[in-house]
Amino acid sequence: MTEFKMPSLGADMDAGTLVEWKVKSGDPVKRGDIIAAVETAKGVIEIECFENGILDEIFYQPGQEVPVGNVLATISSEAEFRQKASAQKAAEPVKVPEAVVVEPAKPAAQVVQEAMKAAIAQPAVSGDRIRISPLARRIAEDLGVDLTTVHGTGPGGAIQKSDIEGAAQAKPVLAPEPVRVPEPVSARPPEVPPQAPPVEKVAPLPVEASTEPVPEVKKPTDFQSAMRAAIAAAMSKSNREIPHYYMETNIDMTKALAWLEEENLKRPIRERLLPVVVLLKAVAKSLTEVPELNGFWIDGQHQVSEAINIGFAINLRQGGLITPAIHDTDMKTLDELRDAMNDLITRTRSNKLRSSELTDSTIVVTSLGDRGVEKVFGVIYPPQVALVGLGKITEQPWAENGTLSVRKVMTATLAGDHRATDGHKGGLFLEALNRNLQEVEKL
Amino acid sequence: MTLPSQNVIAEPQQLVKMTYREGMRQAIREAMLRDERCFLMGADVGRYGGCFAVSKGLFDEFGPEKIRDMPLSESAIAGIGIGASMNGMRPIVEIMTVNFSLLALDQILNTAGTLLHMSGGLFNVPVVIRMATGSGRQLGAQHAHSLEGWYAHIPGIKVLAPGTVEDMRGMLWPALEDPDPVLIFEQQVMYNMTEMVSATPVPVDIDHAKVRRPGKDVTLITYGSCLPKSMTAAETLAQEEIDTEVIDLRTLRPLDNDTIFASVAKTHRVLIVEEGWRSGSLAAEISARIMENLFYELDRPVDRLCASEVPMPYSKHMEEAAVPQPETIAAAVRKLVL
Repeated sequence: MTEFKMPSLGADMDAGTLVEWKVKSGDPVKRGDIIAAVETAKGVIEIECFENGILDEIFYQPGQEVPVGNVLATISSEAEFRQKASAQKAAEPVKVPEAVVVEPAKPAAQVVQEAMKAAIAQPAVSGDRIRISPLARRIAEDLGVDLTTVHGTGPGGAIQKSDIEGAAQAKPVLAPEPVRVPEPVSARPPEVPPQAPPVEKVAPLPVEASTEPVPEVKKPTDFQSAMRAAIAAAMSKSNREIPHYYMETNIDMTKALAWLEEENLKRPIRERLLPVVVLLKAVAKSLTEVPELNGFWIDGQHQVSEAINIGFAINLRQGGLITPAIHDTDMKTLDELRDAMNDLITRTRSNKLRSSELTDSTIVVTSLGDRGVEKVFGVIYPPQVALVGLGKITEQPWAENGTLSVRKVMTATLAGDHRATDGHKGGLFLEALNRNLQEVEKL
Repeated sequence: MTLPSQNVIAEPQQLVKMTYREGMRQAIREAMLRDERCFLMGADVGRYGGCFAVSKGLFDEFGPEKIRDMPLSESAIAGIGIGASMNGMRPIVEIMTVNFSLLALDQILNTAGTLLHMSGGLFNVPVVIRMATGSGRQLGAQHAHSLEGWYAHIPGIKVLAPGTVEDMRGMLWPALEDPDPVLIFEQQVMYNMTEMVSATPVPVDIDHAKVRRPGKDVTLITYGSCLPKSMTAAETLAQEEIDTEVIDLRTLRPLDNDTIFASVAKTHRVLIVEEGWRSGSLAAEISARIMENLFYELDRPVDRLCASEVPMPYSKHMEEAAVPQPETIAAAVRKLVL
């Protein structure tokens, strides 16, 4: 039997609200299955399972806030599950169906009628789908009503507007879950909620947070402010703890762009490559040459990551920013990388990221070129140790071999954690990046 | 024959009792008197007085130049009317029933509906084509269908469906003034229906639907002969404290989204009632528009009450059973609200 725990979905997360179980107790699960959805400051994230087996005991219900590391459910092997079930059956006294003994037999018509009533009155939940009118769902969101607690009175037990309004009235203040507000500057060590087992996982650290409920903070549904708070916490931590060093270099992109143009001419429109795909691949390849920048600084130790999972900064339309990981960026071909990015951007904007994508990034690349930015000096996302910034590609005068010409030039920057690496490594990286971008055909 | 607009100097507020049939007859008269380019043409409209007696008396008053009997060829009638309108006349074309109009469909769709487009905006077709539609008079499977929903599918034409005497009387003039083809669908079952209307014609807005009865619990969208039935149902429901808002579409093309959407956003529940067959009906189009635009306002799926998908039966009780009736409309509303 293994324990399925609330994962940390970012260095800035200390708890998540369980939104729904995608499977129920007794269902078989396998590695990679999505088995639950959890709401965090970054939106609703689907949680993967890393075991094969049967989802056994469930400890939390949708709507509950669960500290990182707490056991959400157990996963048993089929044999264990069957053994337990039969043991349980043996332990329970055989129940005599009470209705038959106590009550006189009902006329058949009445039995049928009651069965129908019961069927109609069934909770609106069927499987993992809630029967609810679109209007009722919208109002429930506005009023913060938990749908799993609402009894539907519409056809087939569908929840409708009046049911939501009734539920909201019954519970006028829906005990707003206090949003944990990160303390800006605090010497206090991070407080771990008492029931949470010590966090063993290497990567993400719980962010310092006050566990005191702060009543006047914004509604939990207010994602934007929650996300703002999460970004604030991570970035404050970064600037407080990480001694950043910065360096920049100008890279002649003329050859790379010409190659790209020629390459794209051979491809159907859907398969064309954007410069950013080539840039990410070049960054990944350069990291294989200077691996020290790809990793973490945890508990006073520099840990180099074997996998190169570039976190690509994606701006959200409603505000805020997410840096989901592109797994094994260096191993992907340009085509695979393009498809991975398209998929990632679509899913990020529709809140469909997988938990591993949120936690696994080993370095962040931020590209603000399409916003007209020429250079970007980033703030490292802790516990990572570097961040690569890519600017806009512009035409510039370029002196080389004693002559002056106009080239397409991009400024690449590196923000490094001076605890983990020195400027020398940073320089090697930018040099490698430049070289790789002069030979894009080899990427 | 006493004609209020001619012989009586009426106060604007003065009300007279008038039938749906008389409403159109007066409208045709007034149009002829107002605009010399106007004339009426169709099979049996002159000496016989029209197959539904709408033009009775007009032949004697205006003569064979203005009230023109045509050979029994719907395609020719519609085609001549279209040609006359393009040459500066303002013809009012009468086709007996919508079932027969299918013989004129080629002229209506391929000529009237397309010429403005095909001429690059040079030629308008200001023709008005009237025809009878709908069930209720035991006319059987070839004279009693409601095919106006099909016409509402065609770009380039405007489709009107008067559901009151006032609209019947007031829609013809703005239709004649419209530079493009306008079809008017008259409910044959309503020709004898009377209403108190203003003695002088009231201008009718042919661009908007009209809320005939405000309500807060459910929106009932309908037109034509289903309008009076829906109003009756709404009164019954009011006694059960179900407050029904009744919308009369009046113009089937273009549909007035704004009026429909405003009502649905208020009541969150919708029933669409019409005499057309359900599959691919106008009700289906309205339902789709509501879903596309107001999904998050809906507390129940949009419901439709349409004709049974059978050729219209001849026998009275079966004909009644094939189309919406006040009782079935009320029952459908109850199902939506309770």
